[in-house]
Amino acid sequence: MAVAFDEMNIPGGDLRPAYQELARWLKETPAEALEYRRQEAELLFRRIGITFAVYGDSESTERLIPFDVIPRIMSGKEWTLLEKGLKQRVRALNMFLRDIYHGRDILRAEIVPDDLIFQNPVFRPEMNGQQVPHDVYVHIAGIDIVRVDAEDFIVLEDNARTPSGVSYMLENREIMMRLFPDLFARHKVAPVERYPDELLAALRSVAPQSASGEPTVALLTPGVYNSAYYEHSFLADKLGIELVEGRDLIVKNNEVFMRTTEGLKRVDVIYRRVDDDFLDPLTFRPDSVLGVPGLMSAYAAGNITLANAVGTGIADDKAIYSYMPDIVKFYLGEEPILKNVPTWRCREPKDLAYVLDNLSELVVKEVHGSGGYGMLIGPAATKATIEAFRDKLKREPEGFIAQPTLALSTCPTCTTSGLAPRHVDLRPFVLTGSKSTTIVPGGLTRVALKEGSLVVNSSQGGGTKDTWILDE
Amino acid sequence: MLSRTAENLYWLARYVERAEYLARTIDATLRVTALPAAYIGKTNEWDSALLTAGVAASFYQAYEEANEHNVVEYLSFSPNNPSSIRNCIEAARLNSRSVRTALTSEMWDTINSAWIELQAVWSKGTSTREDLAKFLRFVQETSLRFDGSAYRTMLRNDAYWFSRMGVHLERADNTARILDVKYHVLLPEEEHVGGPLDFYQWSSILRSVSALTAYHWVYRETLKPWLIADLLILNDTLPRSLASCYGNLVRNLDQIGVAYGRQGPAQRHARGIRNRLEHSNMNDIFQHGVHEFIQEFITDNSRLGEIITKQYLI
Repeated sequence: MAVAFDEMNIPGGDLRPAYQELARWLKETPAEALEYRRQEAELLFRRIGITFAVYGDSESTERLIPFDVIPRIMSGKEWTLLEKGLKQRVRALNMFLRDIYHGRDILRAEIVPDDLIFQNPVFRPEMNGQQVPHDVYVHIAGIDIVRVDAEDFIVLEDNARTPSGVSYMLENREIMMRLFPDLFARHKVAPVERYPDELLAALRSVAPQSASGEPTVALLTPGVYNSAYYEHSFLADKLGIELVEGRDLIVKNNEVFMRTTEGLKRVDVIYRRVDDDFLDPLTFRPDSVLGVPGLMSAYAAGNITLANAVGTGIADDKAIYSYMPDIVKFYLGEEPILKNVPTWRCREPKDLAYVLDNLSELVVKEVHGSGGYGMLIGPAATKATIEAFRDKLKREPEGFIAQPTLALSTCPTCTTSGLAPRHVDLRPFVLTGSKSTTIVPGGLTRVALKEGSLVVNSSQGGGTKDTWILDE
Repeated sequence: MLSRTAENLYWLARYVERAEYLARTIDATLRVTALPAAYIGKTNEWDSALLTAGVAASFYQAYEEANEHNVVEYLSFSPNNPSSIRNCIEAARLNSRSVRTALTSEMWDTINSAWIELQAVWSKGTSTREDLAKFLRFVQETSLRFDGSAYRTMLRNDAYWFSRMGVHLERADNTARILDVKYHVLLPEEEHVGGPLDFYQWSSILRSVSALTAYHWVYRETLKPWLIADLLILNDTLPRSLASCYGNLVRNLDQIGVAYGRQGPAQRHARGIRNRLEHSNMNDIFQHGVHEFIQEFITDNSRLGEIITKQYLI
């Protein structure tokens, strides 16, 4: 694998401009002082209770995501380009969803094959012909971005269902500002704290017509045992909306109400962090106790807005991913600003053959997997693992895609042996309301803390960093 | 507010209050049992600690003998005792997590820190008396901090009132239970008045509701059983007396009634109990039997809990 692009150091000893002040500061700051603040940060996180649960890990059901105190920095110019690309991508995602559940022009134009849609378990026939307010399907998108050089931003994955992580973006900044006021005084960092306000505005803007002038928004959580529960309560608090569970809601005459100490109160917009499958036991999984019976009929009657809409999984599916550049061109008539990772679709015999021949160099992902589970990282895998994967791949080629191992960019990170480069990605959060699409500058930087590791997922030893966009 | 949120706040406060009461009970029992046998008579103080905690039946399913080791273990740390201190703190944390948005950060920090300390420091229980004393102090301080941060930081709205109701309902129950178990040593007609045996029993009762000093301030008297009963039942200047708890419960329920623009059976029932306490005096209570009076109160009090649940929490 080629040497990764480092976001701070240029080979030969020069620094990239955005990092110059940080480098000066690091030189002035003794290692012990940095270590002391690193410990302080961990203490703060634990006290605030910012934890996440790891499924199937009974020993410690609540864990901290490791936090790295060295910020990841981007110039305003870089951000402007990225922001433009993200807005373009999310616009295309929304238009694609609108089309899939209505006219299906893109299928007729044979840009995307039919069977990828209709045989896909995340396609929701219930949404056929269903109007959603202002044609917004993906109100909150988390687009995973990686870099391999100074020029390009590459989309690794679109998250159009219930993307998480924004609470870390906000809390990381909070803690950095507490611990490193001197560092902030030396940089002009674009603030992120208006995210909750923008989210609330976006959610209110898509309220159904039957809502009152002051629409009531609630956040639907699966409950305290969900891995992202902390985030749900954090956001509900910042937005000033009720954090509801399925049992707090009831549907009457196709309207949704919450049970309060003063009786039933109508809800107009649900920011739901419950997956489609569990939303309504009458429509989807009948064994779901997380959902609200009748919610889908209230949705069909147009009395409630769900954010994100039902059925958005069809847009962020890994099988659809490889068609995204064509999707952007088809709806917007523009060249995509953000690149895709070159992707082999194992469903296509020619691609499959190539993948099987080159398994030890490729990353193979399950089309429906997430969280970094069920994937093969060829260069890091043993022979036996590769052979086992080969069998799986032959049995069910349509379940997989393959990509080259990218040399993800690196950023300086605290390790037991001092600062060292570690691979990072970035998840910016894109909000779409009735009138506008907004992105707070930055996002969540995830970092693979193990030397050489490319897996940034928190469930597999990844950490996070504060992300700074310099306001020049 | 969401009914579930109100319910969680109410139970959160009850669990914290219960944990503190258990810690005080253990503390008071340790003091009495440290005395030479001549001072405490033949009663098994650890057995009565179980009775005041209301867990005697389940205890004897797991243990043969009520001695210090077994009872401290069961009341403090046992995972099998649903109202052990450990389980109370864990339940309080779980409730806090479900209603984080309704708690101030100070309250959350109190419960979360206590839960972290419980796991980090006390996961194996305590092995020495010194350790135990530290643990009991930690529990009491957690409760004080929780109460104090609620008082100092919460908005005075329904969230606060539901939380306060949990405190006062639980507190009334605890005070009534200790009276229920110990009423016999308070009976005035006993021939021996003020023997050393009784003195230590009485001071133990007062200690478990943190009222020993208060007694002296209120009555400026040596310990007398009917005055102890008067203090714990009727004196509304003592925060843990039944009268004071009901004064507060009525006030909290009225505040909710005003805020919501209507009242119901909970308000009426609470007022009924308060009026009975206001119009009683110790003579009448002793005439009709302390035991019966307390039993009736315990039933009435838990009935109020049910009514509140039905009216607001489900």
